[in-house]
Amino acid sequence: MSEHQAAGPPERFEAPAAGPRVKPTAEAIVPRVAGQSLVDGQWHRLHPATPLLRGGIAFVAILGIVIANLRERLIEFFIPAPGMEQPTDPIDYILNHGFVGWVLLAIAVGLIVVIAVFWFSWRMHTFRVTDEAVEVRSGILFRTNRKAKLDRIQGVSIEKPLLARLIGASRINVSVAGQDANVKLEYLYGADADGLRRDVLTLASGVKLAERRQTAAAGDPVDPVLPPQSAPDGAGGVSRFVTERVDDFISPELDPEEAVPDSVVRLTLGRLVGSTLLSPFTVIVLISVVAGVVLLVNGLDWAWFWLVPMVLSLGAFVWSSVTKSLRYSIAATASGVRIGFGLFSTTNDTVPPGRIHAIEVSQPIIWRPFGWWRVRINKAGLSLEQAARGATSNTVLPVGSLVDAAQVVELMLAGRIDGSAWAPLQSALATRDGVGFVGSPRRSRWINWFSWRRTGYALRDGMLLFRQGVVWRKLHILPLARLQSIRVDQGPLLRALDLASATAHTVPGPVIAKLPAMARDEAVRMFDAASAAIVVAQSTDRSHRWASFDPEHQPDEAQATAPYLDEPVAQSGTEPTTRAHAEPWQEHSPAPSVPFPTTDQDRRTT
Amino acid sequence: MTTPHPGEPRPTPDQPAERPLIETPLEELSSPETVQADPAEQSGKRLELPDAEWRRVSRKLIAVEFISEGAGLVLVTAAVVFVALVWDWTWIWWPFAAFAVISLIAAAFIPRRIRSIGYQLRADDLLFRRGIMWQRFVAVPYGRMQLVDINRGPLSRAFGLADLKFVTASASTGVVINGLPEAEAEGLRDHLVAVAESRRTGL
Repeated sequence: MSEHQAAGPPERFEAPAAGPRVKPTAEAIVPRVAGQSLVDGQWHRLHPATPLLRGGIAFVAILGIVIANLRERLIEFFIPAPGMEQPTDPIDYILNHGFVGWVLLAIAVGLIVVIAVFWFSWRMHTFRVTDEAVEVRSGILFRTNRKAKLDRIQGVSIEKPLLARLIGASRINVSVAGQDANVKLEYLYGADADGLRRDVLTLASGVKLAERRQTAAAGDPVDPVLPPQSAPDGAGGVSRFVTERVDDFISPELDPEEAVPDSVVRLTLGRLVGSTLLSPFTVIVLISVVAGVVLLVNGLDWAWFWLVPMVLSLGAFVWSSVTKSLRYSIAATASGVRIGFGLFSTTNDTVPPGRIHAIEVSQPIIWRPFGWWRVRINKAGLSLEQAARGATSNTVLPVGSLVDAAQVVELMLAGRIDGSAWAPLQSALATRDGVGFVGSPRRSRWINWFSWRRTGYALRDGMLLFRQGVVWRKLHILPLARLQSIRVDQGPLLRALDLASATAHTVPGPVIAKLPAMARDEAVRMFDAASAAIVVAQSTDRSHRWASFDPEHQPDEAQATAPYLDEPVAQSGTEPTTRAHAEPWQEHSPAPSVPFPTTDQDRRTT
Repeated sequence: MTTPHPGEPRPTPDQPAERPLIETPLEELSSPETVQADPAEQSGKRLELPDAEWRRVSRKLIAVEFISEGAGLVLVTAAVVFVALVWDWTWIWWPFAAFAVISLIAAAFIPRRIRSIGYQLRADDLLFRRGIMWQRFVAVPYGRMQLVDINRGPLSRAFGLADLKFVTASASTGVVINGLPEAEAEGLRDHLVAVAESRRTGL
């Protein structure tokens, strides 16, 4: 049984004098009470093992090295072997010159200093969460104070590196947009971390904790903010309730295997290994390995130096990708979409509503026979280097069927679309002429040899959609309220063909939304319509305080006022153009009576 | 699409009237060279926005560009002459000739290139264009502004010009308006900050 349950419903900061607390001055540091919320505007300390986990690992490693080097001497000390020649080493020197006492004293002093530094750094490292901000103070000689405004939070993740996980500690990373701007609380008791994250996100949503608890006390444990998204079969309330409870009671005392939140999408090991093996990286490495083997067979022994590192890197790549993505889970919670990853070191990321700047559903040609798709997002708070590396936290679905991808996209677009995302995704990605997309004219085949039919855009439901690619099928979904700017280009080649290209700019991330070629007049129309729609979408967007207003109001208003494309300009010649209409998602469904394929169909694709 | 007056208040649900007034109307800062798109350019297959009225940058920028282009050419010529005389590398004249021809062609296009730079302050977003061979049109809502930079190089300063850079959370927005008169650049900066403040949303 977890500490949360044992302590009963926690009392928080509306009654600070009632509990065993000290007086609520700003500088008082409140000791940890199991099961009590840390979100009370008071200063708190971190997990006592924090210095050890952050820097002390090095100390332990040094100790290990010393012990390993003295192994011979230790063995000899316990099992004397007279007559053996000893090489002169520092220990002989110390013994022979009678410095033993001094050395022991020095070691003792060193240990005391290290422990004192650790203890002081733990004492001085405090944090607090107020109604406005998360604040961290740290450092002994050089004091640091970092404060992040709650309405600027882009996401909160809980990370448990293997060692920390073993002792039941976890790290909270509050991400804020900007280079290296994250607020890290490392390390906390694992039991506190989930509650702290939930409360931070509740505060960030614009709801006072007291109000939230009133709602909870009124017998409505499910947060009213999010419309049911998690399960399209009507069990949304139940599954979300279970998710919430699991979220509440997840703790290191429980077996982590049992506490896996109720995920919308499951990732099987076979699919994960298969997709990793069928990635472009593995294909390149396999080609190199084959080349190496051919060289070996032909008697060139130096090929070993080529082959061995290649095989090792392949193994390391597959191993790290698979262990990182194992135990994947994704679920809607009251405070946003929660995505969990990791077998040994776990990451659990919560992205609040309106923090997703771009979504990409893509499929390399090598995955096509299996019907696998990947979903990635752009979100703020990622440094440029991380964006360049393609950080794993941006992959929200490493591999899955189109049904899985549709469910993930629904979660990501919570509140923006109604109904299933499967039909529009299916039509946009798996058919040749996507319904509702403005296609590119036939003359653009000189630019996109194979994919000109699949290149197109749509502007609807407060979103800009780009579809493209044959070898690498892609659909970009860009919420207009998050777009930074939009651009159309024309170079000499495109001008000769009466074409233009378009780019939508978002925060840096793995998704780069660029449409390589479209009819020139369509580009002008899209530029006009999209730039006007962006302004409307942004003036009605309130998602930085997502719960402090009526959530139903926002998408409706955006839909009602967003200028949509009317009739496209008549194309010169006979070139076909698909038309865009301001229709809700599900009306594009080729078979609206079948909202979702059965799980059998789903399994068939694996 | 209509082109409303720049800075015209736009009613929003929660802040109907009390948005800060923009102190300096931009028209008073300089004589705005608002030019309709060149009819010659509009014909054919060129990318053009039909209703845009572009403000052009200062013509002094042409002189600045000529001088910097010429200075580059002079420096390279000096280096080539030096190398040719000292080491007697006669072949170096060939690449130099190619370089000189390309530079002269680029110089010939400078006036057109400068004239192609334009911006327009619409009610809620900034429109920017540049390029003749490689044309580029960007629309940025004012509310997306993270900061505005004004840079002055030594040569631009001598001509009283400044470059204005509009920075958003996206690294690739790339709106840099070169060659604004200093007073206009500063007025534009204050204007952009004011309208961005009144239209601010989340990231």
